[in-house]
Amino acid sequence: MTYLLRRLAVFPLVLIGVSIVVFVAIRMVPGDAITAMLGTEAGLLTPAQREALAAYFGIDQPWFVQYGRWLAGLLHGNLGISSTYGKPVLEIILERFPLTLELALLSMIIALVVGVPAGVFAATHNEKLSDLGVRVAAMIGQSTPNFVLALLIIYTLSAGFGVLPAMGEFSPLWRDPLRNLGQLILPAITLGCAFAASVTRISRSAMLDVLSDDYVRTARSKGVSARGVIWRHALPNALIPVVTLSGIEFGYLLGGAVIVEQIYALPGLGRLVLDAILQRDYALVQGAVLFIAFNFMIVNLLVDLAYVALDPRIRLGEQ
Amino acid sequence: MRMLRAIFAHPSGRIGGFIVGLYLLLAVLGLLGLTPHNPLMQYRIDRLHAPDSTYWMGTDLFGRDVASRLMMGIGQSFIVAFFSVAFAALAGTVLGLAAAWFGRRWDGIVMRVMDVLLAFPAILLALLIVAVAGPGTWTSIVAIAIVYTPIFTRVVRGPALSLKAREFVDAARTFGSSSSYIVTRHLLLNLVAPLTVQITLALAWALLTEAGLSFLGLGTQPPAASLGLMLSDSRNLMETAPWLMIFPGIAIMISILGFNLLGDALRDIFDPRMRRALA
Amino acid sequence: MIPLLSVSGLSVGFGRTPQANEVVRGVSFELADGETLAIVGESGSGKSVTALSINRLVDFGGGRITGGSIKLKRADGSVLDLTAASEPQLTKIRGAEIGMIFQEPMTSLNPVLTIGTQIEESFRLHRGLTGRQATAAAKEALDRVRIPDAARRLKYTPNQLSGGMLQRVMIATALACNPRLLIADEPTTALDVTVQAQIMALLAELKRETGMSMIFITHDIGLVAGIADKIMVMQGGVAVEQGELNQILDQPRHAYTRHLLQDVPHFASGRATRSDGRRDKALDTEPALKVNDLVVRFPVKSGFFGRATGAVHAVDGVDFDLMPGETLAIVGESGSGKSTTARAVLGLVRSTRGSFSASVRKATAGQSALPIQMVFQNPYASLNPRLTIESILAEPMIATGGRLGSAARAKMATLLKRVGLPENSLERYPHEFSGGQRQRLCIARALMLNPSVVVLDEAVSALDVSVQARVLELLVDLQREFGLAYLFISHDMAVVERIAHRIAVIYAGQIVEIGDARSVLSAPKHAYTKKLIAAVPAIDRRRERFELDTRQVPSLVRPLGFEPAPARWEQFGVDHRVRVEA
Repeated sequence: MTYLLRRLAVFPLVLIGVSIVVFVAIRMVPGDAITAMLGTEAGLLTPAQREALAAYFGIDQPWFVQYGRWLAGLLHGNLGISSTYGKPVLEIILERFPLTLELALLSMIIALVVGVPAGVFAATHNEKLSDLGVRVAAMIGQSTPNFVLALLIIYTLSAGFGVLPAMGEFSPLWRDPLRNLGQLILPAITLGCAFAASVTRISRSAMLDVLSDDYVRTARSKGVSARGVIWRHALPNALIPVVTLSGIEFGYLLGGAVIVEQIYALPGLGRLVLDAILQRDYALVQGAVLFIAFNFMIVNLLVDLAYVALDPRIRLGEQ
Repeated sequence: MRMLRAIFAHPSGRIGGFIVGLYLLLAVLGLLGLTPHNPLMQYRIDRLHAPDSTYWMGTDLFGRDVASRLMMGIGQSFIVAFFSVAFAALAGTVLGLAAAWFGRRWDGIVMRVMDVLLAFPAILLALLIVAVAGPGTWTSIVAIAIVYTPIFTRVVRGPALSLKAREFVDAARTFGSSSSYIVTRHLLLNLVAPLTVQITLALAWALLTEAGLSFLGLGTQPPAASLGLMLSDSRNLMETAPWLMIFPGIAIMISILGFNLLGDALRDIFDPRMRRALA
Repeated sequence: MIPLLSVSGLSVGFGRTPQANEVVRGVSFELADGETLAIVGESGSGKSVTALSINRLVDFGGGRITGGSIKLKRADGSVLDLTAASEPQLTKIRGAEIGMIFQEPMTSLNPVLTIGTQIEESFRLHRGLTGRQATAAAKEALDRVRIPDAARRLKYTPNQLSGGMLQRVMIATALACNPRLLIADEPTTALDVTVQAQIMALLAELKRETGMSMIFITHDIGLVAGIADKIMVMQGGVAVEQGELNQILDQPRHAYTRHLLQDVPHFASGRATRSDGRRDKALDTEPALKVNDLVVRFPVKSGFFGRATGAVHAVDGVDFDLMPGETLAIVGESGSGKSTTARAVLGLVRSTRGSFSASVRKATAGQSALPIQMVFQNPYASLNPRLTIESILAEPMIATGGRLGSAARAKMATLLKRVGLPENSLERYPHEFSGGQRQRLCIARALMLNPSVVVLDEAVSALDVSVQARVLELLVDLQREFGLAYLFISHDMAVVERIAHRIAVIYAGQIVEIGDARSVLSAPKHAYTKKLIAAVPAIDRRRERFELDTRQVPSLVRPLGFEPAPARWEQFGVDHRVRVEA
């Protein structure tokens, strides 16, 4: 338990680090926010108007003053106002987040449902032709960039079947589940493919390691059947690296899949951040990146909790 | 030499090595301008020409030869990948060794900074850096290097810590060997194997990221060619000129595959000895 | 009468072409009901592979039976050839008719399952028990191996129990369904000697209770004297000799058996100690190493802020001196503080208190700035795998400001020759050498700086028994030649007997008895020393019954600022002191 508490203590430190990095970085972006916001019309502003606008968004102060204000706002749950949307940052993020979360979850489900059994299968058919097949497929899957796969999928669908993936306005899960699933299934497969390939590879190698462990031999000496050895004795031990990998991948997916969202025209977090960076929307970039980093760390914490549940050695072992 | 023979004795090493070798050749030719056509020349009459014996992979919207642009793009991608991984490996090794060797406060500071960098999704961090410095080849190199540094730091720090606790390091201490001797001879020398594997895999990842950045228009800038850019340009012409998408797409995929295969083979080759050495 | 097990012409191979790669060749033996067969051999002799072939676990390690038969008389009286049995048949036999226990109890139990679950599994598989019935059966099984507080221990996971306890759990699991044959593959090798005695006693008792047969695999021919009826000696995949216990031990016919019995160190209760350099007169010379009140404590941190709440008293007030040319053995079990003592003397662990002085030897030329050198336990870990032998041997010289010149090279060549390694070794890498050769390299490296004291931390423990004997001989020769003083840390009484002039017995961080080797080994005075020596297996202690004892080692964790009461000593003879027990 102290182990987890100590992990939690690092939490705010890392978040502060992340926010400082973003805060400083976004202010180093050439060009100013007001020009970015108003485009050519910015040239029509009088210097006084410009200053008033800067004061309104609080960007007339030195960065550390801005940072202090922003931090104070953060403690009240206020992430500032977006200069492009004119709305509270948190509101915009929360509008986009369900899609990203759903996409990440779907991809992970695909990855685990395909990857774990494939990895276990390959490990238990080690050095046979079927193992080779799984390994080659996983290798290719892992080496295919998701944007290449996305384009290939779209091309195959349109050239082969004359259909285009469901685009248009995104409908949330609670409004029209079927349409929602139709819109997300292809992006989820796109993202899930490389993810599944990694899961396959890591489950295979973890399983191979575990199958040569002493306690597996003990289980066999007790007369446990091949299936019992795999599912009861080996798999729980082999899951730890799988959980680690899935956690990291899932954490990153929660940050939005910029390119895939772009290709499938999905309004997720990734595109939000990209646009915000290009628009110099300081408040939105800061808020969104902090939100993403926070999610990433929450996922890491969940992974740690999963370790504790999976492995009693961690529960009582090293601190 | 012995290493090369070991790679070619390994099935995926053979394939991976062949692919990487081929790409290196294409990259060098592309960079030297030894391409079938001038990659920047616009053959206006042959716009969107399908692949044939003159234009092996067809031409694009401006009538530029896709095969030549592909070679140029590969050269471009490889420059970014090699430099960024070289910087990341160097920085990561120094930081990881420092963290492991000095321990305590140093370890804490270095690893917390790495935690901060790792808390960003990789592509977002790269995007942020590109936004700050403006798109371009050098920016891509720096961005990818910064994103990959924490990973090298971790790859070095973990084994370095376990090597530090090994009996041969204890033995060195009983002779009074200097820190620099222990760090270079006993730690670094034994880290060559995991570093080589990680460098190979990092190259695959760097190619992927470079292509992604270019795809978003934040990497290599036109008119120079890059695989990601070519792919991005192909999107609106997918149905009329599928070759614009197919060739760069497959080219990216195979280059990454090559490094992944090579990395796997290297891991297998190094592993037996590493296991004996680090068991 | 059909024997329980009849193995004939068994051959086992590995790899793609098992016929060409046989590690067991033509082994035959029979085992009657209730009989115990010991298979004795060194690593690579094929003893474990033979055992694993019987329940066909060898299949899972990449082995293939290439010839012969293994006939098992089943519970219903029918005879089955296990080499031809199908996997479903075998899963019914494993655990139910043939049980097995292994060398490493720490890794042989599934770390993520409770021990209760793991014992219950046997009952579930072979008896069809579930739920409360299975739990009750598991508790009974733990009671049977004398684990106190069994009901609570069922909920423990393996990491919460000590090695000895885990080996009992293993035995409980293996015997859950009363198999008629138990295969024990080096079941005590990883354990401390007193724990080993406990496990041996338990096995003997369970065997009497159940009337099962047993195949006991070991590298230690001394250990089987207490338990076996028959012995089979294996070397290089072949059974070189087999027969009744007494016949093998008293009239060995094969040269290898004689070698195992005579050349390998066996414990002889102080009759085999060294006769040279006894400490009668030389006390007026200055000691090579003098240690005074050495204390090593590690803080115990707990709570969120990691405040020190106590200290592990790893070494608590140890003093001794060591004369030139003398060997002082520090013996004790794991966790006793013997290795920490050695590491503190070398400065690898910071001592909390205490002083030591080492005098630079005056007799020989080439004085050293570092009078104390060390040889470590694991010959595979103490040489950097990426450096040539030349770089490895040169390191101490470079570290002390020397240069790799012709003088240094000449010294390397002389030392290599002296420790019995070929001269062309210099350009080679450590992995090209065997364990024994590596340990010789480590010895050569330690001698590069002309030390007066060499600390040998379990220096021969990782080696095969016959290699052990030769390295010990080398050490004795080197000691005489260079007048070295050895601080010999070991848990192995048989080895200690061969090399020590004096022995210090260490228990819970304190020396409890110290003195002349013969005197300590033949007439131990402290209760712990007595227990330790009684637990050591010996060829002449046949069929001796070990006593069961479930006492635990006391905790070394003390509250902050705790100081133990000053030791009081009782003197026996000229050189034999014993700590008075509180």
